[in-house]
Amino acid sequence: MSVAARPQLSHLRALESEAIHVMREVAAEFERPVLLFSGGKDSIVLLRLAEKAFRPAPFPFPLMHVDTGHNFPEVIEYRDRRVAELGERLIVASVQDSIDAGRVVEETGPRASRNRLQTVTLLDAIAEHGFDAAFGGARRDEERARAKERIMSFRDDFGQWDPKNQRPELWNLYNGRINKGEHVRVFPLSNWTELDVWEYIDAEQLEVPSIYFAHEREVFRRDGMLYAISPFTELIDGEEVFSDTVRYRTVGDMSCTGGVLSKAETLEEVVLEIAATTITERGETRADDRVSEAAMEDRKKAGYF
Amino acid sequence: MTLDLLRFTTAGSVDDGKSTLIGRLLYDSKQVFDDQLAHVAEASERRGGEGTLDLALLTDGLRAEREQGITIDVAYRYFATPRRRFIIADCPGHQQYTRNMVTGASTADVSVVLLDARRGVLEQSKRHAFISALLGIPEMVVAVNKMDLVDYSEDRYAELRAEFEGYAEKLDGVKTITYIPLSALNGDNVVTRSAQMPWYDGPVLLDHLENVEVAYDHPGEKPARFPVQWVVRPSNGDGDYRGYAGQLASGALRRGEEIAVVPSGGRSRIAAIDTFDGQLEEASAPMSFTLRLEDELDISRGELICHPDEAPSVGRELRADICWMATDLLRPGGKYLLKHTSRTVTAVIDGLEDLLDTHSLERIEAPTEMGLNDIGRARLRTSAPLAFDPYSSNRRTGSFILIDESTNATVAAGMIAQDASTARAD
Ligand SMILES: Nc1nc2c(ncn2[C@@H]2O[C@H](COP(=O)(O)OP(=O)(O)OP(=O)(O)O)[C@@H](O)[C@H]2O)c(=O)[nH]1
Ligand SMILES: [Mg+2]
Repeated sequence: MSVAARPQLSHLRALESEAIHVMREVAAEFERPVLLFSGGKDSIVLLRLAEKAFRPAPFPFPLMHVDTGHNFPEVIEYRDRRVAELGERLIVASVQDSIDAGRVVEETGPRASRNRLQTVTLLDAIAEHGFDAAFGGARRDEERARAKERIMSFRDDFGQWDPKNQRPELWNLYNGRINKGEHVRVFPLSNWTELDVWEYIDAEQLEVPSIYFAHEREVFRRDGMLYAISPFTELIDGEEVFSDTVRYRTVGDMSCTGGVLSKAETLEEVVLEIAATTITERGETRADDRVSEAAMEDRKKAGYF
Repeated sequence: MTLDLLRFTTAGSVDDGKSTLIGRLLYDSKQVFDDQLAHVAEASERRGGEGTLDLALLTDGLRAEREQGITIDVAYRYFATPRRRFIIADCPGHQQYTRNMVTGASTADVSVVLLDARRGVLEQSKRHAFISALLGIPEMVVAVNKMDLVDYSEDRYAELRAEFEGYAEKLDGVKTITYIPLSALNGDNVVTRSAQMPWYDGPVLLDHLENVEVAYDHPGEKPARFPVQWVVRPSNGDGDYRGYAGQLASGALRRGEEIAVVPSGGRSRIAAIDTFDGQLEEASAPMSFTLRLEDELDISRGELICHPDEAPSVGRELRADICWMATDLLRPGGKYLLKHTSRTVTAVIDGLEDLLDTHSLERIEAPTEMGLNDIGRARLRTSAPLAFDPYSSNRRTGSFILIDESTNATVAAGMIAQDASTARAD
């Protein structure tokens, strides 16, 4: 049988196919996977990929959101709507509950954030539900430590990542063998860039939370970033509140995620803006990465997303 | 036609300048974001003093890597030019991290092997070139780096090129080797043509990467191989639906075609090719989709669907090249889990046929064991049959990994030999 040369699969469809393959491998080889859904753009893409991998059947895993209590209300509203639309089960693991139970201690002061606390809530929830694999939307283009991580990334029974001793990952043959108490994190979007994600959202016409589009908001400037006024932010002397047109490139806590000045009101405009940007999404919007040279590596070692 | 998405990897001995080269490639093609560059500048100055810009820090992102000034694990970087998108795997050169290099190289279409113009063709350069060839990477670039340290000497370049050519004659599987003299540090012949080496009239590195044709340009032109990953059987009302989900490893499938299921041996026709976006008349590699068949067959994960007249070999005995990645020794009689496509079985090492000296490329017959980073040929027997092709004709259905059940570690990469099961010596 001879097959005529056919057009190449576009790079987005090639990335999509690779990600679907990864999701099915995990569904087949693990007993209790979970998909971490934050309502952000990357996990929105994960949900679409799960539909492509498993429909017409329901997903072979629940969704889980680690809710810091400091989220943008627009994102929580979107999260619940999307989950209802899909008819899938959502588990909410609450950082507030971890604080109330004395598992973590809330930071104080105007720069306090619940970012670090999430790790404990996440690991507790993984242990409580006995999850052995957790899908995350992290991408290698986001940050230098993430650039080093495997698609299927092993976590020991303390939830720790050991970047100096990762399992070889050959071809597309994933080794999902673990002992009880250990788990893996799985990143189907490892090889996607931020631009790929937006082009895909546009191609698939996926709905995203409204904060990804330009809107008027009360903000103040700190460390070169524009933060939203919210019940979770305290102004420091001299900081002034003003109104401007911003959008968000990443979805994190209101306390540590900056907005960017933007006029992009549609998916096409967002794609154009991202294609032209000269600064990375985390560099532009996340205070949590600026703590030290290896801030992300250190958090990941401790079990962060 | 050239590929939309090209994956390439770096290879070569420690300190030959692989990470610096990738940094230079990204920097000179203006693919470094402002904040990344600011960070790298700051981190460079902290280590090297004012005015230093160590472009290797664009990929050497781990704390331990920066402390030691070496690469420990693969860094993946992404960039695009108007011609192509690239996925770069920047690999470590240090012998201790060979398995990480194999990880980065296993998915590459092009391997860029660096030589240090002063130090020449080292043992480790050869080992990495050999591994690239063994992994079936069809295109090799030999980048003779640090030309600035040898006064951009044409003679030195010619000497190294001749030496490498002598070695490469014995490498199987590499289609073309392209030699480029460059300086990653100064950017000569990386993205822009060097004024220092007017005697060189070949392509600069980026040009070459943008234009090189790889076999993967036509992944559809091979026999169809569809390993079943997952059976879609909704329990929520859609009671009759039974679909076989997977990613087409090679070739193409059409609705209505007759298919065979191996190793179990069933036959049927394709009733539908389902995707979330609707049904397809035809699908080609590397698409993921779900097949429905006309007949009710008992097919589970690990079976492979193909055309009846182009079926792969089926058997429980294999000969394969093994890259051994564990400190524990590999010995005849050893028992491991073997993962091949979507099937995991138990495998016993029946015998070791030879061990390769990557320096001389000579084969040492009948070794008693293999140690960390050794490459050799072994005979294996599996607890259940596998449906496989030689690695040289199909990377997906010709590769496997071995897992040590007591540690769960991935201990070997396996590549099934051409004469896979014919020459068993018993
Ligand atoms: N003079 C000169 N030095 C170079 C050149 N390229 C790299 N170097 C230097 O060589 C040293 C090693 O460079 P790296 O890029 O870290 O080497 P590597 O091959 O990535 O090393 P590993 O990843 O650890 O195997 C650094 O000090 C570089 O600055 C070059 O073209 N000329
Ligand atoms: Mg390096």
